[in-house]
Amino acid sequence: MAEIAEGGGGHDKGGKKRPKKGSTRIDMTPMVDLGFLLLTFFVMTTTFSKPKVMSLTYPAKIEDKPLEKPLPINNGITFLLTKDKVFYYTGQFYAPGNPEGKPVTILEETNFSPSDPKGLRKLLADKNAFVIKEKLLLDDKLKRKQIADTTYERMLNQFMSKKEALKVLIKTDDKTTCENFIDLVDEVKIAQIGVVAPLELMKSEADLLKAKL
Amino acid sequence: MPKIKVPKHSPSIDMTPMVDLAFLLVTFFMLAAIPRETDPVDVTTPSSISEKIIPENNLTVTIDKGGRVFLNLSHADARTEMLQNMASKYKVGLTEEQNKKFTIMTSFGCSMKELPQYLDLTSEERKRFNTLGIPTDSLKNELKDWIYYGNIAALNTGQTKFLEAEMKGDKPNANDFKPKFILKVDGKAAYIFAQQVIDIFRDLNLNNLNFITSAEKAPK
Repeated sequence: MAEIAEGGGGHDKGGKKRPKKGSTRIDMTPMVDLGFLLLTFFVMTTTFSKPKVMSLTYPAKIEDKPLEKPLPINNGITFLLTKDKVFYYTGQFYAPGNPEGKPVTILEETNFSPSDPKGLRKLLADKNAFVIKEKLLLDDKLKRKQIADTTYERMLNQFMSKKEALKVLIKTDDKTTCENFIDLVDEVKIAQIGVVAPLELMKSEADLLKAKL
Repeated sequence: MPKIKVPKHSPSIDMTPMVDLAFLLVTFFMLAAIPRETDPVDVTTPSSISEKIIPENNLTVTIDKGGRVFLNLSHADARTEMLQNMASKYKVGLTEEQNKKFTIMTSFGCSMKELPQYLDLTSEERKRFNTLGIPTDSLKNELKDWIYYGNIAALNTGQTKFLEAEMKGDKPNANDFKPKFILKVDGKAAYIFAQQVIDIFRDLNLNNLNFITSAEKAPK
């Protein structure tokens, strides 16, 4: 491209000196190449979405001793997690030979598959039907602009903490991965459950879980 | 019959608009790009439907697949304060330069004994540094001290920022300036590793924790 004017010395025979008429266009190909290279680089490396977080409130520690006596619970479901498997029982836990003479708690198995009729999603949606129904009504009202979104939030939270709403306890054994745990909490949030408490596994529950595996 | 003349077009087309657009995009992406911080560990987080964005003032504990623990504090001022407290508690002497390095660093994971050596490395070398992470066992619970001092430092910075915002005449929400506690766990890591860290948080009466998750579409 670049040319060095040669010549010099000597006279021009034509008499009149004419400046050389160079083309005004320069070759932009290298610049464009570089431009696109940079463009590709920045498109690939840019991350637009900041990471998302899922918040979870743990119960405050009162004493260091692990719980050995089941907590009284109203309308609750307890999940026992182990590696890639999930078991549950509803209501209170009754160990064999309990003083109340209640039948012994039996663990049921479920799974993380969203489409399985026996899966977690279906199970939680059925158990928490009360809140989900109320939420649909609220959604409708919100859509028609009958209520403000702050009212919507408040009312939804109210329903979530009502007696009829399901409460979830999560207990994990030592083989559980974090992915299992977060998947479960995620399902719980999908089912609009407001009260989730991760707790320590009791000895009697651990035995029951071991028997199931 | 006259010959049909095919009009002879120049084979080069005008690329100016395309080039203009390309450079516009380059500029845009260059300005929008957040310089990515390189963490000393790679962690694949599980996914959830949560849409909450990561809070500004945060203290992040990273747990990798093998259960090693790393810590990060978002604000530089808070980091300096935290390090000073930790260094005096564990009687570790740090040079001015090491202090400075710590302030601009991202997450770190090493014991207090290893810290001066760790700080002298470059960020590439830190990835290969042979360490067990921040000790969390009950005999030498350094993580607890880090979190304790980190919380105090982050609270102080949060308060300064809050007052600054108030001076400007905004009506800030005090809650947005309080430090939030974040756990970044690898999906494959055993939950007991996370539980260990969670227990430390709970011992310090910090019960509201956030898990970093990658976004997933909510079912309808």
